[in-house]
Amino acid sequence: MIAFNARSTWTIYKREVMRAMRTAMQSILGPVLTTVLYFVVFGAAIGGRMDSGVTGVNYGAFIVPGLLLLTILGESVSNGSFGIYMPRFTGAIYELLSAPVGVAETLIGFVGAAATKSLILAAIILGTATFFVDYTIVHPFYALGFILLVSATFSLFGFILGIWADSFEKLGIVPVLFVVPLTFLGGTFYSIQMLPEPWRSVAMVNPVVYLVNGLRWCFYGRSDFPIGISLVMTLAFLALCVGFIAWIFRTGWRLRA
Amino acid sequence: MDSILEIKGLTKTYDSGFTALHGVDLSIKRGEIFALLGPNGAGKTTLIGAVCGLVRPTGGSMTAFGEDMGRHWRRLRARIGLVPQELATDMFETVIHSVNYSRGLFGLAPDAARVEEILKALSLWDKRNDQIRALSGGMKRRVLIAKALAHEPELLFLDEPTAGVDVELRRDMWAQISLLRDRGTTIILTTHYIEEAEEMADRVGIIQGGRIRMVEETRALMKRLGRTEAHFALGAPLAAVPEVLSGLNVSLSEDGLELVYRGGDGSGRGKAEVAEVTKRLAGAGIDYTAIDIRESSLEDIFVDLLEGAAA
Repeated sequence: MIAFNARSTWTIYKREVMRAMRTAMQSILGPVLTTVLYFVVFGAAIGGRMDSGVTGVNYGAFIVPGLLLLTILGESVSNGSFGIYMPRFTGAIYELLSAPVGVAETLIGFVGAAATKSLILAAIILGTATFFVDYTIVHPFYALGFILLVSATFSLFGFILGIWADSFEKLGIVPVLFVVPLTFLGGTFYSIQMLPEPWRSVAMVNPVVYLVNGLRWCFYGRSDFPIGISLVMTLAFLALCVGFIAWIFRTGWRLRA
Repeated sequence: MDSILEIKGLTKTYDSGFTALHGVDLSIKRGEIFALLGPNGAGKTTLIGAVCGLVRPTGGSMTAFGEDMGRHWRRLRARIGLVPQELATDMFETVIHSVNYSRGLFGLAPDAARVEEILKALSLWDKRNDQIRALSGGMKRRVLIAKALAHEPELLFLDEPTAGVDVELRRDMWAQISLLRDRGTTIILTTHYIEEAEEMADRVGIIQGGRIRMVEETRALMKRLGRTEAHFALGAPLAAVPEVLSGLNVSLSEDGLELVYRGGDGSGRGKAEVAEVTKRLAGAGIDYTAIDIRESSLEDIFVDLLEGAAA
């Protein structure tokens, strides 16, 4: 018995990546331009006048990991959700459901493609950032691994969102109402140490805080929390998403009538 | 002919409580064209969906190619194709990309020659680099057929394959479907066009209210339930059916100007009896000015069966 259909997986992956390339203006140039604007305004214009006492690094450089994460989270959720929602919306999902593919092939294909798009974006954004701010990456391999992990995790979350949503409104509401606010409040532009109590304690329940700090540690070797906590939090969320998706495929929730 | 698909006691009750399939039993023979007929909401698409993995059955069992579909779904699905009722695909994709995707999705290696052959057979080769959204409705439907054929299925489901296409294209599709059968593909189709089933199907099954009402060979069904109807326009009105026509199923219209024969069995007996009516009328000196004869179609039989079941 075939346990894993590698060709099907590659076919789904290739098609999803090609779909992104077909809409490169929207899916790549758009997020890159937005992030560049953040670098220009917060990094180059305001950052030069900010004190770096708390963070220990220049403010423009300090916000690079957070901005990178802001884009990765948003795009991973968006790509992960859109990739599976569109076939559901158009009815083309019939082909996937009637094909000899299971949860592993589907996830690796769709989520892998979504994560790949996020990685491409991350590379472009990091490249572009060099024109506006001076930054270093102390642990480049950890950074790559962490970005990969976050991309995959939030692409999985987006995949769940794409299966849950039954309208474009629902598809957009979670990123707008939850992902973006949590990212902005997750220490993208500031250190959690700068917050007064009780907001510092409140911020600790925001999962994005741990992601931003994890990536910031990869860049500068310092963060508000040990990297281990960030890794555990991310892996826990990844496991939660995988478990939920396995349940979706087992029960056919919102996929099979 | 051996069985390629065995469905036993298939039941589907949706979360809403609506039961779409009530213990359906069905056996499909290898190499045949089987037409599943039924009114809207009869359960045709649910039945197809259950076999193809789109619908989760509530009960019953399905065996394809001699293997249990629940246990061996991977390798069995690779041998089954589906053309859905709706024009559902990524409309921004080109025809050739879409067909190649379907082939790869079912785990087959790229085969440019095979894809070319499929596209040429469906008159889509010239449109291979066009986006699907730019094609006509009939061509879009052919793209769906090409996608379903891309992985060379042995068992093909066609859910309303000619819905909304013009007469010429419908004939063209019938020819394509016959060609597929000639190449050994077993075909199960649902259709609203009874003429389509009559033209192509080796056997027909009638489903109503989620229950299979009848399964029979098309020709045998036509022979068993087919009828001949002949209308004789009389030169002068009659008061009653002439005595000479006794023993034949003839009635007189209310105005006395038309004799109507109904009978036969779809195998020629009706025509012979119509000839007998003409002889007896001539022998009795009863003048008639015109005869209008028609054989009942599968559609008439279908409607009669459904009305009979509803009564």
